[in-house]
Amino acid sequence: MNVMYFAWVRERIGIPQEKVETEAATVNDLIAELTAREDRYAAAFADTSALRVALDQELSDFDAPLAGVQEVAFFPPMTGG
Amino acid sequence: MQIRVQSEPFDAGVELNGFAQNRTDIGAVVSFTGVVRDTDGNLQEMLIEHYPSMTQSAITKIAQEAVDRWSLADCLVIHRHGALKPGAPIMMVATAAAHRAAAFEAADFLMDYLKSRAPFWKKEITDQGADWVAAKDADEEALDRW
Repeated sequence: MNVMYFAWVRERIGIPQEKVETEAATVNDLIAELTAREDRYAAAFADTSALRVALDQELSDFDAPLAGVQEVAFFPPMTGG
Repeated sequence: MQIRVQSEPFDAGVELNGFAQNRTDIGAVVSFTGVVRDTDGNLQEMLIEHYPSMTQSAITKIAQEAVDRWSLADCLVIHRHGALKPGAPIMMVATAAAHRAAAFEAADFLMDYLKSRAPFWKKEITDQGADWVAAKDADEEALDRW
């Protein structure tokens, strides 16, 4: 699946997006996988209460299932307007 | 309903004059323009990042809810991204309705939702460095009003 990062999440991880091969069942499982990879992911995902997630361009929850999802995006709370 | 996400500047006066122009069944037009604020006098620019494949659909969903809920005759949302200078317009909403209460309320609702549910992130570049603007608890709480 395509995993995207925005704002300080993108800066902390160092890339705007990447293809991830995963069997993760939920967003939380995916975060656990990424966090185990490298420190920069652990730093970005240290406090998920400071993060939001979108699945296929719709805001979602960290316990949401990933079955059938093509794009996951992680970002801080939005500051539009 | 018109939703525009763009890096180019816009002229709020021109937009407002062209808005709901041919409608004779409305009694009220309300508009809001958001401007880049330099609170401490040291802002060089505001960088606005967004999530291109989500932005248009997220704003459309919010605007459609406003149109349905307040029976708006028309609704306009413009939101910019990219590097903006202090004083530059960031975004604009306009609502047209039969009566002013609906037009004001719908514009207020749109602003509250665009602030916390449209995928934009602001970064301030100042003399001291660069910082992401943090979302405020009050902005999230404002959604409970609706």
